[in-house]
Amino acid sequence: MTHATTQVLDKSVAAPRSSARKARSPLHGGPLAYAVLIGATLLAVFPFYWTLVAASRSNSELSSATPALTPGPNLFHNIGEALQQAEIGKALLNSLIVASVVTAGVVLSSTLAGFAFAKLRFRGRGALLALTVGTMMIPPQLGVIPLFMVIVKLDLQNKLPSVILPSLVSAFGVFFMRQYLVQALPDELVEAGRMDGASLLRIFRSIVLPVARPGMAVLGMLTFMATWNDFFWPIVALSSQNPTVQVALKSLGQGYVPDQSVVMAGTLIGTLPVLVVFGLLGRQIVGGIMQGAVKG
Amino acid sequence: MALSSTARLPAAKPGEPARPARRPGRLRRRIAPYGFLAPFFGLFAAFGLFPLLYTAWVSLHRVELQTSDRMDWLGLQNYSRLLSDPFFWNALRNTFTIGVLSTVPQLLMALGLAHLLNYKLRGRTFFRVAMLMPYATSVAAATLVFAQLFGRDYGLINWVLSSTGLNPVDWQADTWASQFGVSAIVTWRWTGYNALIYLAGMQSIPGELYESAAVDGASRWQQFRHVTVPGLRPTIVFTVVVSTIGATQLFGEPLLYEGNSGGGISHQYQTLGLYLYEQGWTFFHLGRAAAVAWVMFLLIVLLALLNAAIAARRNRTDR
Repeated sequence: MTHATTQVLDKSVAAPRSSARKARSPLHGGPLAYAVLIGATLLAVFPFYWTLVAASRSNSELSSATPALTPGPNLFHNIGEALQQAEIGKALLNSLIVASVVTAGVVLSSTLAGFAFAKLRFRGRGALLALTVGTMMIPPQLGVIPLFMVIVKLDLQNKLPSVILPSLVSAFGVFFMRQYLVQALPDELVEAGRMDGASLLRIFRSIVLPVARPGMAVLGMLTFMATWNDFFWPIVALSSQNPTVQVALKSLGQGYVPDQSVVMAGTLIGTLPVLVVFGLLGRQIVGGIMQGAVKG
Repeated sequence: MALSSTARLPAAKPGEPARPARRPGRLRRRIAPYGFLAPFFGLFAAFGLFPLLYTAWVSLHRVELQTSDRMDWLGLQNYSRLLSDPFFWNALRNTFTIGVLSTVPQLLMALGLAHLLNYKLRGRTFFRVAMLMPYATSVAAATLVFAQLFGRDYGLINWVLSSTGLNPVDWQADTWASQFGVSAIVTWRWTGYNALIYLAGMQSIPGELYESAAVDGASRWQQFRHVTVPGLRPTIVFTVVVSTIGATQLFGEPLLYEGNSGGGISHQYQTLGLYLYEQGWTFFHLGRAAAVAWVMFLLIVLLALLNAAIAARRNRTDR
């Protein structure tokens, strides 16, 4: 597994950037291409539209023989109900706190370690990097049981640190920043800093960080979305009294609220923040994912 | 090693005027890299590596949820129980079938869409962003919406089916239909993402290859088959590995599809991930849940080896 991934990565890193730039002048898409793409776009977007429809209707309208296909008048009433019944307001705040702290932690720790792996020489570098890449593919879900026992022991159950602490670092993040800095940060720049007698910390602050910023931004966006949407561990560590958005959605889905239109309203506002981020930064996120794909 | 690498620094190059030796500085320089790694590896060891390894130890004990600090030695009993539990085998089977149902069509569609997205298009950014939108949605939100759409009596999909004269389907109780429903959620969320990964791979295939293929009279389909697909091989291997690992972990979709950890009335779409959760947090047997986790881990290792073997064989037959 490790082998396969590193192989992919090395190959793609080795591919010269310039050839990607002047890749073939692509063929123009014909009407059929547009038709298929528009169809796929409709499939991708329709569930969002339908969430809005369902969230703005009443429960009885949702369980009628001919379903409504356009938004109705009940949106704000349903959202009010969802906020009241499922702690969605608190959940939004909790998710915002958790995702922000985790994003800051992951970006910072990944940039530090990524820089060391990319540009510094030290004993054990190869082994430590292999360890990081090797565990990158192991789903964290498999460690939840000991993690749960630790959290109980530390008396952190149902408190936000229980979901923040385990997510503060990410092997993927370290690898992502390493790949970014290997390319973006010229060795000479670091050497020049050393020649001037700057300490490594100083070099990091005034040379590495400015260069790393675009990569950090991409990693930050991806981490924020992933943390906002994280599911397994939060439902184990938290409860519906102190939920993140996903925990609240789980409660909604398990019938704590019988009214389906209210469930959909909760789903809508729980998803809205990510969609807003996506609307503002969609292009950058697309770029980041494609960039990440070429690099890793 | 440390010596030879310091020798590479220009400051220490032989022939250059020797600098006054500053021992503490050199020592600090040698230790400093570990300082950069410390925040990551410290937390990673505590919250990543340790839980993963300790799971194996827990799986050899009786540990109950309410008294999780008490561990009674059981040896391999959790495992033998697991292997004699028909629901475990059921979950393993479901994980496999749902994995195939969700991964194969997803990656094929993603490949096709990436090919189309690679054309010169009007509004290409729009298409890319729109197709990535499902990826931004959480598992929980997506599943709640799809559970509505797949509703037996009032769901939109059955309404469409019956208004076009087809029979409505019981998307919950029927085994294949429910597994299809769960797979549809996975497919919806990840197809666009994988399409973008493939698109990125396609854009790094040199254009000359297509030009010379066109000169040789290759049709568009032949170009796709003989230039695009081989050029994408590393990317394809990567997405297959990631998607199969993801498929072994499937959890949120089957949990919220009907909102119970059994995975349907007769466990018809209970996956291994859900079975683990049910053992631990519905039945309170953390030790048994840990055994499930280790079986899942072994499964992933097995899949990875299989993948590597297939990739290696294909490489050999190609040459």
